[in-house]
Amino acid sequence: MRLTIRHETTYRFETPAASVIQTLRLWPRGHDGQHVVRWRLDVDRNCRLRAAEDAFGNQAHVFAADGPLDEITVLVEGEVDTQDAAGVVNRAAERFPPALYLRETPLTAHDHEISAFAEEVGSSAGGGELAALHGLLDRLHSEMEFAPGQPDGATTAAEAFRVKRGTAQDLTHVFLTAARGLQIPARCVSGYVRREGGEPQDSPHAWAEAYVPDLGWVGFDPTEGVCPTESHVRVAIGLDCLGAAPVRGSRYGGSGETMTMSVLVQDARASRSYRRS
Amino acid sequence: MPSPAFDEMTLSDGSVRPAYRKLAEWLAAAPPDLLQYRVKEAELLFRRIGITFAVYGDQQAQERLIPFDIIPRIITADEWATLTKGLVQRVEALNRYISDVYGKREILKAGIVPEDLVFRNEAFRPEMAGKTPPHDLWVHIAGIDVVRVDADTFYVLEDNARTPSGVSYMLENREVMIRLFPELFSQHRVAPVERYADELLATLRSLAPRTSSAEPVVVLLTPGVYNSAYYEHSFLADKLGIELVEGRDLFVRDEVVYMRTTEGPQRVDVIYRRIDDEFLDPLVFRPDSALGVPGLMSAYHAGNVTLTNAIGTGVADDKAIYSYMPEIIRFYLGSEPILKNVPTYRCREPEALSYVLDHLDELVVKEVHGSGGYGMLVGPHASKEQIELFRAKLKASPAGFIAQPTLALSTCPTYVASGVSPRHVDLRPFVLTGSNGVRIVPGGLTRVAMREGSLVVNSSQGGGTKDTWVLDE
Repeated sequence: MRLTIRHETTYRFETPAASVIQTLRLWPRGHDGQHVVRWRLDVDRNCRLRAAEDAFGNQAHVFAADGPLDEITVLVEGEVDTQDAAGVVNRAAERFPPALYLRETPLTAHDHEISAFAEEVGSSAGGGELAALHGLLDRLHSEMEFAPGQPDGATTAAEAFRVKRGTAQDLTHVFLTAARGLQIPARCVSGYVRREGGEPQDSPHAWAEAYVPDLGWVGFDPTEGVCPTESHVRVAIGLDCLGAAPVRGSRYGGSGETMTMSVLVQDARASRSYRRS
Repeated sequence: MPSPAFDEMTLSDGSVRPAYRKLAEWLAAAPPDLLQYRVKEAELLFRRIGITFAVYGDQQAQERLIPFDIIPRIITADEWATLTKGLVQRVEALNRYISDVYGKREILKAGIVPEDLVFRNEAFRPEMAGKTPPHDLWVHIAGIDVVRVDADTFYVLEDNARTPSGVSYMLENREVMIRLFPELFSQHRVAPVERYADELLATLRSLAPRTSSAEPVVVLLTPGVYNSAYYEHSFLADKLGIELVEGRDLFVRDEVVYMRTTEGPQRVDVIYRRIDDEFLDPLVFRPDSALGVPGLMSAYHAGNVTLTNAIGTGVADDKAIYSYMPEIIRFYLGSEPILKNVPTYRCREPEALSYVLDHLDELVVKEVHGSGGYGMLVGPHASKEQIELFRAKLKASPAGFIAQPTLALSTCPTYVASGVSPRHVDLRPFVLTGSNGVRIVPGGLTRVAMREGSLVVNSSQGGGTKDTWVLDE
């Protein structure tokens, strides 16, 4: 499927900021199930975008813009060809052996309740990592409520699991914590998903990837309850969603910051005909 | 019962070791009230200088003096020569190891260090993988803790390869001793430590990135006045003649670090940082850190600034990695370790764990990631309850602990309430590694466990310090 993506992030400041500096992970790379046809990244202020690959193989950009800034917008848009590979990710940029992805992070710290849950799902799923992971996917999708919105970057997997509710990032963190509890390497993917109807979304998407010995890295999307399909576009990976975050920034001066995002992911054919009409 | 510890001054037959002869005579001749008077004087001097140390978990005494002992610890020129060789070897191996772990990972491929001990180590910074800091040097300032068990044998207890502290005490202790006991200095040829500041500055300058100007700008980055070692940060900045800055004094523009000054932004080439890795850059590490500099990592990765020590060096000084140091030295340098390693039981290995659980009353058990003497069990001195508490902790997460036999740390005469009496000591020499070689100032920080029989020398646990004399002959 060919997907068109448009993702706009706007920061507004009640009192103008003197300057901002941001790290962006907004540049998708290809793998067997994904080919980037065209992509562009634009910041609406005078600044130099510095590209650098990060340690996980993500294409990152850093920029700093000087103010006074009452608002600043980062826009990415492009087209990506995708194929359904049943969630299996082949020939992506890999910089670490799977063992690294057993590491916990503050947001995915070991939690007894999640571990007990994972144990239970694992044993009722019968043998094998794959069965256990599918069990986690199904159970988390049905038992946790998806709350659209921006991740706050501070909610831990344990907190989200306790209230059985969270953003795509929160659900992903619970999945990561559970998988690692079963000694299965797991990581966060940030990216985009096309949903039926193609309505604008208020945040990019996130899901998990887990390492299965005979298959390699396999995606699991607890929010959608599926392994990634041709509707998913993979942008960046990290030990958790903070590490893979599309935008991380800091501001000097100013106050009253608000951030809004608008994400549009559409079937390219559909969106073209829409434009024509 | 363990045999009595080796005393640095007096042998078991009562004879005095040659290096201590003059000191022993002086001590014997000194009237008791003289020593007492000098102790008071020393305390006054330290108060005036203002060296204090904030102790975590001690609400009453937020800031207090580290006990200073007026009797120096003496090391002969020969002993120092051996120590120096061993320290240089150790730090070279640490640097090679860190470079490898973030680079080709050959030691992992060779199966010498287990992969998960590196990749699952909290101190391993994935962000550094595939990156090379300026000059491919990682540990520029190391504080290697050494203990002695007999006339010829030194053990390394800990490799502090992150942001070792304590060097200000080495310098201050000497200054105070020279004022208090000029007559002792005229009787001994004590190697000077005062040039440490010059050596450190030369080392830091030598590490400047290749893109820097001929006169690289060096700053010291502190977490601020609430840090327990703030005094040392300001002391060192002053001695080195460099700016003492906090995160908010720096900013990054187009992969270059600048310092705000009254004359406008000034480029910074070398940052001697006394902030832990995870607080350095909120865009990469902890997002809630207000101590760091947003974008610092981008400048670092672009090779436009040197951080001292490099990011991620903790992957080498972990207590679990420690047990592999002899193999690490052999692997990279092809030579036998000059300084010994304390035999270490890795509780992650089931056989070791069951041995440790059976011998808790004889062993020292330490948390793999702990430091400062917190969270450790000294078996022979622990109560039954403490031992049982640790047994439970060990069973719950064995990989988090290592155990070592209790070493008979050497003792050194120390002035305490009851007079002059032996107390256990260790030694932290400071090893500087620049692009133009390794420098070690003859001396270091001798820490002394002030309580009789105690083996815990950490200042956070009530340890004191002594001046360390390396004799120049």
